[in-house]
Amino acid sequence: MGELPPFLEAHGIHTYYGSSHVLHGIDFRVGQGETVALMGRNGMGKSTLIKSLLGIVAPRQGQVSVDGQAVSGADTHAIIRRGIAYVPEGRGIFHNLSVREHLLMVRRSGAGKRREWNYERVLDTFPRLAERLETMGNHLSGGEQQMLSIGRALMTNPLLLILDEATEGLAPLIRREIWRVIRAIKDTGIATVIVDKNVRVLLDLADRHVILVKGEVVYDGGPGPLRDDPDILKRHIGL
Amino acid sequence: MDLWILLIQVLNGVQYGLLLFLVASGLTLIFGIMGIINLAHGSFYMLGAYLAYWLAASTGSLTLSVLLSLPIAAAVGYVIEALLVRTLYRRDHLDQVLLTYGLILIFNEAQRMLWGNDVHSVTIPPVLAWSLKLSDTLSYPVYRLFLSAVCGLLAIAMYFVITRTRFGMWVRAGAANRDMVAALGINVKLLFGVVFAVGAALAGLAGALSSPVSSVYPGMGDSVLIICFVVVVIGGVGSIKGAFLGALLIGLADTFGKVFMPNFASFVVYGVMAAVLLWKPRGLFA
Repeated sequence: MGELPPFLEAHGIHTYYGSSHVLHGIDFRVGQGETVALMGRNGMGKSTLIKSLLGIVAPRQGQVSVDGQAVSGADTHAIIRRGIAYVPEGRGIFHNLSVREHLLMVRRSGAGKRREWNYERVLDTFPRLAERLETMGNHLSGGEQQMLSIGRALMTNPLLLILDEATEGLAPLIRREIWRVIRAIKDTGIATVIVDKNVRVLLDLADRHVILVKGEVVYDGGPGPLRDDPDILKRHIGL
Repeated sequence: MDLWILLIQVLNGVQYGLLLFLVASGLTLIFGIMGIINLAHGSFYMLGAYLAYWLAASTGSLTLSVLLSLPIAAAVGYVIEALLVRTLYRRDHLDQVLLTYGLILIFNEAQRMLWGNDVHSVTIPPVLAWSLKLSDTLSYPVYRLFLSAVCGLLAIAMYFVITRTRFGMWVRAGAANRDMVAALGINVKLLFGVVFAVGAALAGLAGALSSPVSSVYPGMGDSVLIICFVVVVIGGVGSIKGAFLGALLIGLADTFGKVFMPNFASFVVYGVMAAVLLWKPRGLFA
């Protein structure tokens, strides 16, 4: 994977909320097909980094490029259209749309006319959704909403899937189901950025780990050193 | 009361209601989806009416002038959204009210400069300028039936677009959470611009279609605007279904109020609104 240019690359990202300085010059990259775990305690800037990459929050400084093209300052929809799918914290389900509509409203072929994911395959992946096609978003359980949010993301045939707290607040059984699907997605060659509290699963799943502390990157590397030296995690994440 | 007279009042009320729906549907979508209180929406109604009058005088055909006024109203709406309204999405409602109130003044002044302050009448096309005989003494103008039919068909078309098409899904999703719609790769700015332009075109069409019935006069958009806000509030902000039922309710209430309680006619509409809001404070379909 080393010889390919990264799919997403960001340099020197500084983001503010009003006068509070949240991100302090972050460098971040995701290789083609790479699985990156973005880790850190609450409030360290993980979600803000994702929103800065996607143009949902405008960074005050720094460059972002997707697939070799500079996207700094571009509209969110234009950045997303370069092949990114976003499963936000809180899932972003529309209360007034049915399951079927959630999936159909974003159906499109991805970069290079890729059509690996379609309506049928998403429903095969999440049989629970197939039983709830006409149910409105606000009548779904948390787990079903999460499946729908991931299924909706896959309908766009992305090259990069960003999952922010995809297993938060779910029952263990549903959580296991979500992890199973995330693994299956990774195996299809889609790059993923995963934010999650479940460090043990991430150590097993991700190719690379990035740890944020107070808006700065304190660790960027493979899972090996984190397994060998539990002190790193203890110090930065508190485990 | 004579059954025929009752029927005539029902037809009038439904026709007025359907016409209100054309204006109110745009108002409720723009308010519900984009969060914009558009006081200038009534000005599009007036623009449509004046365009119909002016184009009918120069082309000699009301049909042609109504068809021409549609794209003009849409284009004016799109430009206003792109140049002015777009800057206010994240701002306070007060800023939006100031801007759109300013637009009312500009529209009214432009109307005075272009067409003067006289009241104009528009003739019904000969094909529709006859009446249906109901009894020996009563008849009903066919143009009003035509008006109801056109508005009814548009309401059905709108229902289809909103509930069955991808565009409709985006519009409804935008009403629920516009940031998430953008995060799915949908151009929300363009979507909002189109919704605003369609709303303006529908209001303009309502004005153009009603010009032979109500005549064309300065400030005609303002009273429609207020009634349409009543409709939007009754139906629930952002709900097309609510706007439809609210518009019929207000259309019938206004018509029957004028028949049964002529002295309190203008009160009846607000009485209905108060009653609905006491029952459902956020409107019928909020």
